Amino acid sequence: MDLTLNVWRQNGPEDKGHMETYPVSGVSPDMSFLEMMDMLNDQIIRDGGDPVAFDHDCREGICGMCSMFINGEAHGPGRGVTTCQLHMRSFKDGDSITIEPWRASAFPVVKDLAVDRSAFDRIIQSGGYISVNTSGETLDANAIPVPKPQADEAFSAATCIGCGACVASCKNASAMLFVSAKVSQFALLPQGQPERASRVKRMVDQMDEEGFGNCTNTGACAVECPKGIDLSNIARMNRDFLKASADSE
Amino acid sequence: MSNNGLLKSSLAKKYLMALTGLFLCTFLVGHLAGNLQLFIQGAEGQQAFNEYAEFMTTFPLVKLLSYLTYACVLFHIVDGIVLTIRNRKSRPVGYVKEKGSANASWASRNMGVLGTIIAVFLVSHMQTFWYKMHFGEMPMHDGLKDLHTVVLAFFSPENSLGIVAVLGYVLAQMALAFHLVHGFQSGFQSLGLRHPKYTPAIEKTGYLFGIGVPLLFAIIPVFLYITQL
Ligand code: HEM
Ligand code: SF4
Ligand code: FES
Repeated sequence: MDLTLNVWRQNGPEDKGHMETYPVSGVSPDMSFLEMMDMLNDQIIRDGGDPVAFDHDCREGICGMCSMFINGEAHGPGRGVTTCQLHMRSFKDGDSITIEPWRASAFPVVKDLAVDRSAFDRIIQSGGYISVNTSGETLDANAIPVPKPQADEAFSAATCIGCGACVASCKNASAMLFVSAKVSQFALLPQGQPERASRVKRMVDQMDEEGFGNCTNTGACAVECPKGIDLSNIARMNRDFLKASADSE
Repeated sequence: MSNNGLLKSSLAKKYLMALTGLFLCTFLVGHLAGNLQLFIQGAEGQQAFNEYAEFMTTFPLVKLLSYLTYACVLFHIVDGIVLTIRNRKSRPVGYVKEKGSANASWASRNMGVLGTIIAVFLVSHMQTFWYKMHFGEMPMHDGLKDLHTVVLAFFSPENSLGIVAVLGYVLAQMALAFHLVHGFQSGFQSLGLRHPKYTPAIEKTGYLFGIGVPLLFAIIPVFLYITQL
């Protein structure tokens, strides 16, 4: 396949940045999108240029690093896939493909397509954990009975890989889907109950502090989420936050 | 513990948006019930509508509700503006190519625009009827302010701007329909009221409400105009 790539180039956080056009040829439809990007970088390096910086790690849909806004959608046109799981057969020979970084004030561009997502880490640090005694007499988690439906719900929420596609897709750059998944994975389990109220308050506070936008329930996040995180998590978080705020503790 | 408290949080603004929006939905039902009397033709309709208008402007409980409605409109608008500004700030640099239609409905992406159309309509609507009824010169009929005649004269071929008024009214109701088709169910979601069993019913109700109510509102001026041709 022969393609024309329009790629965002930005030489560092302070640079203004611009779109740059690269023709690539000989792309196999069986390649993943990232392999195609490797090919592009090979070509740029051979031409003596600066390769396009982009995040990636596992290349199998589990680390969440491969943030790319492709042809107007997070992770491109596929559903339930990350960029590394997107195949070039999703495009046609002669296509023009626009590739941009995630856009949000809370995700500043580091270079080209790589953005700084440490805002998510700070949200997790603010409350996305359970406190357990690790003195050596820790209770075996399996000793606590958990009903199967709750266990399944919690597991579904926990499959969120923190990729940020929800923020990137949301017209308000809202992080509600991510935060609500991380709130829910504990709120649904007995182990999460002791810190349930303080957790949701702290995590929402941190989310606001990072400058993410407000959810207007467009549902774009859930459509673009590679892990199919459901909007019911957002409703659960809204409920929990209201309850936690009504409690004075 | 760093608690910003409920009122400063982004979620509080969402709760307020939802509560005021959903309250305004109940207001719409009341308002529509009154307007539907405009379908009754002749002196009987005139009497019924004028009595209703009299009741709406004087009965104490209704007065209380009307103040609540003004407050809701005000808070809904101010909150909507605050949220929209904050949301714009959350993405200072936009995308070169953004395919919004791929993952969200048009209405959900344009609530601010739709709301603004409704707000513009509200100002003009209140000027023509509400202001006149409360503070303006009104014709009298059987000892009651004759709002019926004022309404008919406004949506009349005799009025040089009558056709503009009818079209503007219908356009505003279309904006309201899109606003409600997304907004009704969105309000429940904002308040955390989501349930695998009830949410499909809420969504269906929102759809029927969002199309049905504005449609009934919009038919009235069209009906009045045509019957006066
Ligand atoms: C009778 C008139 C109106 C009714 C019944 C109504 C109803 C609603 C409802 C139910 C919602 C959903 C709330 C939520 O998602 O939590 C909503 C959202 C919204 N409304 Fe209205 N509305 C009306 C007028 C207006 C006006 C005049 C404006 C203003 C300029 C406006 C601006 C907005 C905006 C921007 C949203 C989206 C906010 C968000 O989801 O965060 N609305 N409306
Ligand atoms: S909710 Fe989905 S889109 Fe958002 S960070 Fe988690 S996996 Fe990515
Ligand atoms: S590189 Fe790990 S999810 Fe794509």
